[in-house]
Amino acid sequence: MALIDEIRQEAKRLLEEKRVDVIIGYRKGTLPLRSTPAFIRNSDEVEGLIFDPTCSNNLASFANRFEGKVGVIAKGCDARSLITLVVDRQIDKENLVIIGIPCPGVIDHRKVRHRLRGREVVDGLILEDKVVVKGRDLKEDFPISEVLSGSCQVCQYQTPPVYDLLIGYQIKKEGRPFEDLKEFKEKCPGERRNFFEEEFFRCIRCYACRQVCPACFCEYCIVDRTKPLWFGKTTDLSDTLMFHLIRAYHTAGRCVDCGACHRACPMGIDLRLLNKRLEEEVAERFGFQAGLDLERPVPLSAYKDEDTQEFIM
Amino acid sequence: MDSSHEIKDWQPKILAFLCNWCSYAGADLAGVSRTQYPPNIRVIRIPCSGRVDPMFILKALQQGFDGVLVSGCHPGDCHYISGNYYARRKFALIKALLEFIGVEEGRIQFSWVSAGEGEKFAEVVKKITTDIKELGPAKCLVKNRINPSGGL
Repeated sequence: MALIDEIRQEAKRLLEEKRVDVIIGYRKGTLPLRSTPAFIRNSDEVEGLIFDPTCSNNLASFANRFEGKVGVIAKGCDARSLITLVVDRQIDKENLVIIGIPCPGVIDHRKVRHRLRGREVVDGLILEDKVVVKGRDLKEDFPISEVLSGSCQVCQYQTPPVYDLLIGYQIKKEGRPFEDLKEFKEKCPGERRNFFEEEFFRCIRCYACRQVCPACFCEYCIVDRTKPLWFGKTTDLSDTLMFHLIRAYHTAGRCVDCGACHRACPMGIDLRLLNKRLEEEVAERFGFQAGLDLERPVPLSAYKDEDTQEFIM
Repeated sequence: MDSSHEIKDWQPKILAFLCNWCSYAGADLAGVSRTQYPPNIRVIRIPCSGRVDPMFILKALQQGFDGVLVSGCHPGDCHYISGNYYARRKFALIKALLEFIGVEEGRIQFSWVSAGEGEKFAEVVKKITTDIKELGPAKCLVKNRINPSGGL
């Protein structure tokens, strides 16, 4: 049986047995090569569910918005985000069913656009490991690997590490989580500053990165607060940098590098870099990786006597 | 004021967050013992080093301070049992993040100074002042530069 049939069958069973009130998955979007989150309450709607490399949303960001029991069709990153939400007590594990699925990686639309040099796609589909696009004066196919999202290229957990039920097969792949950072860290502070200033100079403060992030779960975000006003709401470079530093810092130990922020950014800013650096520091210093363990608290809400403190006088 | 004059006379402004129970008392001891240290720090007394939200550090840099010092009780001595242990984790991450975006190493520093360590407090202030004098005025994150010739 194909993977998608198994997903539909499992979703149907969970709904019929009343183990969940809603299934969060994906259905076809209205634009070519797009999918959109689907919230399914009736078992006869499960036929609309899809799963392919266009399913790029991190569904964990919707899971804490429902009353009752929620079943989430979860890729590796979605499942890890769900685990961090459980650890942070944003979701009650009793009310959550993680339906794990193997994910070969999702496509980055910016890369597709770049590859097609602005030519408009009218129709597109995924055929095994190829993307097929059609449009006026356009008929092309290319391997998915060429337009794979950056976070998927270095992904370590394509199959969820923690799940309630697993559909399909386990994918095993050597991840290289901090590959992107190596070269960057060798630059001098001035070069790094210039890079970030150029990068964040483009930010229009639309907060798409915050909205899409499952680790940004505060009900009252610091950037919406005016008393005290921690930093301006302008697109002044200093204010923008402050926003992005705080965004990254607040997700430290929670970010699973799903890459949703980067894909959501309308300006194509490399948002993963800051989070990645914190992820690395958390891994090296506290031996912690987000979303692998239901028991271990996030590193900033715990401590150990023997934590390293070589940087303190 | 021409810029060469400005650079020659430039004195860094450093914001120091001192915990009420140890470092603030340490600073006080340095004072009553008449231990000399550079007058470049502006002190804010806080109940515990755990009170220091990393936002305070970012805000200080944004508002034009050239350096930030956070000082609290030694591990095991926290008045609130574990505030400084949480603080230690927060500082490790904010330091890593700031250095990653290009804030020079040494611009933000952390220390443990107990109420009996007036000498150590003076040493800490000497060190951070020397370090920041070498680094020059802060460039990263700055929005409102503090007037170099006057007060705050």
